[in-house]
Amino acid sequence: MRGWMGKLRPVFIFSVLVLFLAGCGEENLSALKPKGYGADLLLDLMVISLAIMTFVFVVVMAIYIFVLIRYRRKKGEENYIPKQTEGNKSLEIIWTVIPVLLLLILAVPTVQATFDLADEKPREEDGSITVEVTGNQYWWHFNYPDQEISTSQDLYIPTGERVYLDMKSSDVIHSFWVPSIAGKMDTNPGDNENTMYLEAYEEGVYWGHCAELCGQSHSLMDFRVVAVSSEEYDQWVSDMQNIDPEATPETASAKDGKKAFENSCMGCHAIGNSPAGVGPNLSNFGNRTKIAGILDHNKENLVDWIMDPDQFKPGNKMEGYNVSEKEAQQIADYLMQLDHSEVTPDSVNGSSGKK
Amino acid sequence: MSNAIVQQRGIGAMIWDYITTVDHKKIAHLYLVAGGLFFLIGGLEALIIRIQLMQPDSNFISAGLYNEMITMHGTTMIFLAAMPLIFALMNAVVPLQIGARDVAFPFLNSLGFWLFLFGGLLLNVSWFTGGAPDAGWTNYAPLSSTSPGHGVDYYVMGLQIAGAGTLIGGINFLVTIINMRAPGMTYMRMPLFTWTTFITSVLILFAFPALTVGLFLMMFDRMFGSAFFDVTAGGNAIIWEHLFWIFGHPEVYILILPVFGAFSDIFSTFSKKRLFGYSAMVFATVLIGFLGFMVWAHHMFTVGLGPIANSIFAVSTMAIAVPTGIKIFNWLFTMWGGSIKLSVAMLWALGFIPTFTIGGMTGVMLGSAAADYQYHDTYFVVAHFHYVIVGGTVFGLFAAMHYWWPKMFGKVLNEKLGHLGFWPFFIGFHLTFFIQHFLGLMGMPRRYWTYFEGQGLATGNLISTIGAFLMAIGTLVFLYNVVYTAIKEPKASADPWDGRTLEWSLPSAPPFYNFKQTPLVRGLDPLWIEKMEGRKGITPAEPLGDIHMPNGSILPFLMSMGLFIAGFGFIYQVDNKLWFIAVAVGMGLFFASMFTRSFKDDLGYHIHKEDLIEKGDGKE
Repeated sequence: MRGWMGKLRPVFIFSVLVLFLAGCGEENLSALKPKGYGADLLLDLMVISLAIMTFVFVVVMAIYIFVLIRYRRKKGEENYIPKQTEGNKSLEIIWTVIPVLLLLILAVPTVQATFDLADEKPREEDGSITVEVTGNQYWWHFNYPDQEISTSQDLYIPTGERVYLDMKSSDVIHSFWVPSIAGKMDTNPGDNENTMYLEAYEEGVYWGHCAELCGQSHSLMDFRVVAVSSEEYDQWVSDMQNIDPEATPETASAKDGKKAFENSCMGCHAIGNSPAGVGPNLSNFGNRTKIAGILDHNKENLVDWIMDPDQFKPGNKMEGYNVSEKEAQQIADYLMQLDHSEVTPDSVNGSSGKK
Repeated sequence: MSNAIVQQRGIGAMIWDYITTVDHKKIAHLYLVAGGLFFLIGGLEALIIRIQLMQPDSNFISAGLYNEMITMHGTTMIFLAAMPLIFALMNAVVPLQIGARDVAFPFLNSLGFWLFLFGGLLLNVSWFTGGAPDAGWTNYAPLSSTSPGHGVDYYVMGLQIAGAGTLIGGINFLVTIINMRAPGMTYMRMPLFTWTTFITSVLILFAFPALTVGLFLMMFDRMFGSAFFDVTAGGNAIIWEHLFWIFGHPEVYILILPVFGAFSDIFSTFSKKRLFGYSAMVFATVLIGFLGFMVWAHHMFTVGLGPIANSIFAVSTMAIAVPTGIKIFNWLFTMWGGSIKLSVAMLWALGFIPTFTIGGMTGVMLGSAAADYQYHDTYFVVAHFHYVIVGGTVFGLFAAMHYWWPKMFGKVLNEKLGHLGFWPFFIGFHLTFFIQHFLGLMGMPRRYWTYFEGQGLATGNLISTIGAFLMAIGTLVFLYNVVYTAIKEPKASADPWDGRTLEWSLPSAPPFYNFKQTPLVRGLDPLWIEKMEGRKGITPAEPLGDIHMPNGSILPFLMSMGLFIAGFGFIYQVDNKLWFIAVAVGMGLFFASMFTRSFKDDLGYHIHKEDLIEKGDGKE
């Protein structure tokens, strides 16, 4: 299917339009600049439907403009009475049958793509990667059950293979969307689990959004997909599997931070493998792309966040944990030095993820 | 009780007259004013949204207030502006078009209006009592069922009351059109606006109960401790989505079909031609109404219904494009060979065709289930439904108001000001919404309070905001036109547009009893037939006789007020059981009024033949 679509694509004059559109939108965010299998397939489908629909639009507008110019009432025609035509059976048949045919042409690739993206092959046999995705107000938890790894906010995947996502929500409905790699899928509360897959073509750091209204900070529930080469991915997995949550930090401040963290934060935030996260898992925190998915990744922002998270993400559940500014500084020192993996967003080829 | 024959003067008398009226023409005025007011409130909310999104990282309003704003904008525009404005037209026009003296149930007609108004007021009171609903106009559970505060309670009670009004209105028009047509007005001679009102009423009858059920479940979850949508207690949150969209999708056609009818009448009148393919148009309307119930899950492609369900609903959605296409082509061929007059009504209708065609295009694109995984819940969808609802329903309402204004108020809206209002609205509309298709594909989800610098979304959003202000200017020009026309314009003749249907055989505005003698309908476009045969008026079907008229009544107002009071009681009994007193008082008033209505005979009155001869046609 992808073969003939790929061949047909240049034929459409509308690919010009697509090229024009490709000029807009950010490289790692836009659905118009596909960097993965799903997004690519869907852009093809969009182009086909746009082409068919543009054909219809051109026909309608041609008749419309002709009629308006030709039959507009001119001076001296005020008393002219046109012939009162009742209708025309052949015309009615033409503009019923042709749209039906056009829609059938569109229906075929639509149904094909719908089933293609619903691929739920048995995964254990071919060793493909499964990630359990949980949407929470307002952050994302990623659990790799087979590798026994947990992390939040940054989803690491290898390029060139399908990564299957088992998705649900811990509270309200969210929707997981990485426009440049694949379409979106809702995460529902309860046992109502959804699945989809990601297949990234190119290494990169891609923007992810929550696409279903989920409360005050709905628009701030961003995450990143970090697509790395298979080798780097294997490296990352082994680094993450070997995290020692008890490791003693080097600086004095970070040491105090670790204590403060254990007193104030550990009730919700885990470091290391913890499949069910109450708050975001903070493994490998020093290599995160963003703080809380939205703030630039530096100590200053982290301190501000710890002191007053509600200022940045209104309605989030980390409110009310009062730590002194000094403690916040120490905790930030501790978290920023959690550099568990050699594979970082910065090491990804052509990354624009730190933006 | 006011007796419309006795002309009372003074503001107080006029207000009393309107509160107690059961005359469909006055109820149309009420719907128009109330719907127009809510349209302005909804528009203001839209402007606030657009100001917030004008630039990245904006902090014009807080995230919480923003969610209230988008929720109330959607809810207000759909339930409290578009629907009542459509009911205004239906009330003003349908009885006249079918040669009836009023609707089948004038008392219910009034009740329908007051229920809608009090429901709408209840919903908007939430702004002043600690927060409006904030879970989106779609109100998805569990976000809505767990939303703190009373905002969503107002949504539930307000829509329940307003929805009952709509359901009553729908049933009323259904019965009216089935039973009250003048002799000779067979189904296949009904004007298209009457036809679309008929189908719309069927849709209301079958769609609104789904919403009612959903709202009841939500009400019990929030106020009485049930757990229909609570997954931790064995409930299911997705059921709300199904119930909402089983109502919500037909609702889209409830909004669009009546204006399709109005456009059909307008294209035909201002082309001086009979509607091309009348029976195909009727068939297409029925088909759209029927298919409208088969496609609700296309709002739920990303919920995870599976590829089989998604494919079925994708194909059924695409199928709706066919009857819609039939309509577009028949309108074009109505103009083909005609003599097109560019009146303001016609201008809005002409603006509608390319706009709605684009909306239809994106509709088919959205119907393509897999591609919807990218479009869904982004600005692409926002652009699409504004293209069909503004480009269809709102353009249609403007067209219809310019067209029927003389029949409603006895004066033709100033044409020059009409042109002046059309262009900023039309250009502003496309400026606002065309770019939003691309914003969506570039990665901007809908209902986003803000976006960031460096996401490439700033320019598009700025353009969109500029467009919104142009639309506001267009609306203001229209309002000015209404005032200007009321003061400066002369009284309109009975038939200012060289009309074709029965309403144009009556004076503008018609007398309160509409037809002195029930007309005899001899074909499609009955007035046109008479005119072509050189007659001045319609042939009457009966000799001049006494006319039986219903009395006005304050009861519909009281019943609605009762539910309004009880609504507060239901909302606040969660905090304090004393509020059950308000429930008792409100429901008491409601049932007492119902009891009065049921057991006190009110047989109406007669206008005597002699009075009809004396007073003549122009008497209001």
